[in-house]
Amino acid sequence: MSKNKNPLRELSEAMAEAVAIAAKYTVTVDGRRRFPATGIVIGSGQILTADHVLERNEDIKVTLPTGDTFIGAVAGRDPGSDLAVLRLEEKTMDAAKLVDEPAQVGQLVLALGRPTGGDVQASLGIVSAVGGAVRTRRGGMLRRHMRTDAIPYPGFSGGPLIDADGRVVGINTSGHGIGASLVIPIDEALIIGTTLLETGSIKQGFLGIRSQPVELSSNAQETLMREQLVGLLIIAVEKDTPAMQAGLLTGDILVGIAGKVVEEPEDLLAHLSGDVVGQSVNIELLRGGELMNIEVVVGERPEPKRHRGRGRRRTRHDHHRHHRK
Amino acid sequence: MNKHNLNNGTITSLTNQMLLAVQSSLVVVEGRPGGVGAGIVLDDTGTILTNNHVVNRDRVTLHTVTRDRRWADVIARDVEIDVALLRVDGTGLFPAEIADSRALRIGELVFAVGHPWGQRGYVTSGVVSSLGHAATNGDRGRITIIRTDAALAPGNSGGPLVNASGEVVGLNTLIWGGDQGVAIPIHLAMELVENINALNRCRKPMNDERDIGEELI
Repeated sequence: MSKNKNPLRELSEAMAEAVAIAAKYTVTVDGRRRFPATGIVIGSGQILTADHVLERNEDIKVTLPTGDTFIGAVAGRDPGSDLAVLRLEEKTMDAAKLVDEPAQVGQLVLALGRPTGGDVQASLGIVSAVGGAVRTRRGGMLRRHMRTDAIPYPGFSGGPLIDADGRVVGINTSGHGIGASLVIPIDEALIIGTTLLETGSIKQGFLGIRSQPVELSSNAQETLMREQLVGLLIIAVEKDTPAMQAGLLTGDILVGIAGKVVEEPEDLLAHLSGDVVGQSVNIELLRGGELMNIEVVVGERPEPKRHRGRGRRRTRHDHHRHHRK
Repeated sequence: MNKHNLNNGTITSLTNQMLLAVQSSLVVVEGRPGGVGAGIVLDDTGTILTNNHVVNRDRVTLHTVTRDRRWADVIARDVEIDVALLRVDGTGLFPAEIADSRALRIGELVFAVGHPWGQRGYVTSGVVSSLGHAATNGDRGRITIIRTDAALAPGNSGGPLVNASGEVVGLNTLIWGGDQGVAIPIHLAMELVENINALNRCRKPMNDERDIGEELI
């Protein structure tokens, strides 16, 4: 009896094969006290993993699919995106195969992890959502993100989300504390990873204000001469920050940055997460009913305080809290 | 030989045919107060495979696929791997197809069929997440276990985990950590069937000396 003609069987075998392919570049990353986590080989001696699984900067053990364990050196970390890159002395290893087209909602995917140093583990799901920019709890911003219903078992952080051909679609992480686990699209993750390999960190732009969204009056909208219902009210300007040096004042209402409309803190973050540190940026604001333009030299965001464990969920209430930039 | 004859048709219709065939080999086991388990028809002489923890007496009630009720006797138990064999009047029962669970691969498609929360014949799907090991409290030492992301709930116990060809690869037994299902590989259970005469040792029922986070289903 030829079982091979059964397409369901074929699908099943293709999925097992995809896992076998991806298992070759899925490694164990042991850099924390409790359960180890997972990493992806992105190049010869280069391991991409999640930042939050590295609780220390030394003595990080990387176990390759061959079972050999090596010490990984931290090449760079970015808490904002929850990504980190490790370098190994050992160079002989298979690098990940990557997708060359964007992920599609509904696409079949497998989440992989190798937290035990033994066999790779898998869970099945689909791409549930492909989304745009999202704020992360640790002050960063991801330009794009994805979600999946594949179960992220303990230690799956830093591991690949793969397609039915065994190619990496994204990297799984649960360290963002923005609800459920999140997938960073692999091309986005590699841009960050490459920068980390080159410079060791991602510089995050910083102004030094606290703000909250407010409705704009009809007068203000007339002054603006565009349909913008909301702006960002500055409720505090921190001392010795770019904002103070540029003369921003409490009570100003931010309405634009670098020619783009600002309605929410996310709009500011989207600009500040680019490569803007040290550059002058034009800020459009309303002061006393007048439209003003002020140039601010973007500073570098101070080191974030060590995160406190797995953190709490972001709630609706948090959304209306003051945002520090 | 696989009697399911799944050689053509779309994936959806094939899955449907395959699962209907699997459901025809499924029974409801009423073996303890306050809950049901599932059982698998092994042969047409009426041998039924289920979990030991769903049968805490020696005579239990079965509901077959045609919804008639039959008495079944417990003929063997192996508490070490949580397996029990029942004997029932086999008239009109459809034996399940059995696969070699030693050939399982991680990532392979699997379906769990059982009665989660008492809902008859429910199907959930997933993959083989890992082929792990677990220590038993008997002479076997460490045994292989199948872990899956197919959702299991109380009532799945004793029911089959089948592969994409509809062949039984495991016996759904535990929920681990709330979201991971654990199945006993069918080849371990079949060893019991083969040694049935040698294995008439009805030991005391399984006690609850288990890790926190494990939940019997």
